[in-house]
Amino acid sequence: MKGTTMNPADVEQGIDTKQGARTKRDARQTGVLIKDMKVSRGMRVFRVVNLAFLLVVVFLTVYPFLNIIAQSFSSEGFINAGQVNLFPMGFNTETYKLILADSTFWNNYGNTVLYTVVATAISMVLTTSFAYAIAKKDLKGRSVFIGIAVFTMFFNGGLIPNYVLISSLGMRDTLWAVVLPNAISVFNLLIMKSFFENMPRELEEAAAIDGLSQYGVLFKVVLPLSKAIVATMVLFYAVANWNSWFQAFLYLDNPELFPVTIYLRNMIAGVTTAGSAGGTAENVGQIAANIQSVTIVLTVIPILCVYPFVQKYFFSGVMLGSVKE
Amino acid sequence: MGFKYITLFINDPSFWQAFQNTITLGVLTLLFCFPMPIIFALMLNELRSQKFKKFVQTVAYLPHFMSVVIIAGMILQNFSMTGTVNQIANTVFGTTVNFTQDASWFRPMYISSEVWQTMGWGAILYLAALTRVDESLYEAARIDGANRWQQTWHVTLPAIRPTIITLLILNIGTFMAVGFEKILLIYNPLNYATSDVISTYLYRVGLESSNFSYAAAIGMFESVIGLTLILSANAISRRLAGTSLW
Repeated sequence: MKGTTMNPADVEQGIDTKQGARTKRDARQTGVLIKDMKVSRGMRVFRVVNLAFLLVVVFLTVYPFLNIIAQSFSSEGFINAGQVNLFPMGFNTETYKLILADSTFWNNYGNTVLYTVVATAISMVLTTSFAYAIAKKDLKGRSVFIGIAVFTMFFNGGLIPNYVLISSLGMRDTLWAVVLPNAISVFNLLIMKSFFENMPRELEEAAAIDGLSQYGVLFKVVLPLSKAIVATMVLFYAVANWNSWFQAFLYLDNPELFPVTIYLRNMIAGVTTAGSAGGTAENVGQIAANIQSVTIVLTVIPILCVYPFVQKYFFSGVMLGSVKE
Repeated sequence: MGFKYITLFINDPSFWQAFQNTITLGVLTLLFCFPMPIIFALMLNELRSQKFKKFVQTVAYLPHFMSVVIIAGMILQNFSMTGTVNQIANTVFGTTVNFTQDASWFRPMYISSEVWQTMGWGAILYLAALTRVDESLYEAARIDGANRWQQTWHVTLPAIRPTIITLLILNIGTFMAVGFEKILLIYNPLNYATSDVISTYLYRVGLESSNFSYAAAIGMFESVIGLTLILSANAISRRLAGTSLW
């Protein structure tokens, strides 16, 4: 591993030293021919440029987040003057206190947690059972079930028919309008299906011979062996539900039921509740900038906290889905 | 049953404006957002330090995990009159632009934010494909005297071609749906001339003006075009490249 990890400094050092040292290092690196080192001058330039470019990408990716954090701690005067970029100006935590004291914010935050938990649970039950069934090659009508699911990826009735359907089912202004319409993600379904398909058949056959029922096989043999994929799917669904806003925006009218994304959305759209606290009419827009930043930071924190620990599961989930081509 | 609503939208100039905007934004998205992840993945692949590679990846995936509401909030703040983009514009050109309200700036604003949001995560499938490229192919290419650039062109790119084509077909399939939620959050009446797309138009017609039948007809039209696009992209790619979704 050590031999293959190199930074530009190492490369430079390797070229400055004598020929002997160079070949010695080459010998440590399997798969690198001496010939490759001939182009090292151009390569060296390329590597530095490449590295610099990627560092710029990293900075540009992180910048908006840093900017929001800086704005959230800045006072309005400096935001108004367009002076806030990377660092807070005129340090101010009043807005944090204001938002954290807003009972609507906490109520909506609680709703987000509730919707995420309920929706993820429903999605997992439906996706797992659907995927397990269609992973069985001998299931009658299997291709029809798969076809129906895949068809919805590329074609649907559209916004209005869905809206009419949900409304006439009486789900408006209930939790169900948020958690049911997107309960099965076909993409996740297909990932899970290909995982189950790759599971050795003999395992299930052996369990069946030992007297386990169909459900016994699923719960006692298959699922315990599928912890990795189940964890990945839970994460996929949880993040999607945590971030979702449009279902709630369409179907919920009662502010008591809003998730926190709608709280934030209303703030961005200027129909803010907490924004009315303090401030004169002419600088409402700028005050909103500070309040928005605070709300964004508070909404993002949970995701930022778990992100470093769970991102590898997302990666493996996508891998599982892409292995079968 | 009848074609009343179909004839209605065929004669509706607002619909055709939205239609045109959809196509323009769709084409621009394909043009800018589709190749970026490939380039990014190739650049990441050239990194020698695995630790640094992991770090760049971890950071670059981050925007993918953010709610579109948060992204919209960030866009509006960064492009606001006092936001970072205007701070730079003011320093460099000495002027500021009302990006969020000027119709001629909507497309650059939308596309740049879209690139920012999708480049990192979009690279993930290409990176997966890159790890499966047979190492001996590079060795053979080197023995034939190919330099790094030639190796990339003749070995790496052909090796990830099936992934590129699969993702291209999928992208074409979502062509008509161009960032509906995001546009809905960041557009405003002042820039409808460039920002209003079919899905936002039908949202306003249907849910804000409660003209359900008319909006449903437009939605149907949109879905049919979307389906036609993906079916033809799939058929063309099967014939020309031998790769297809089904």
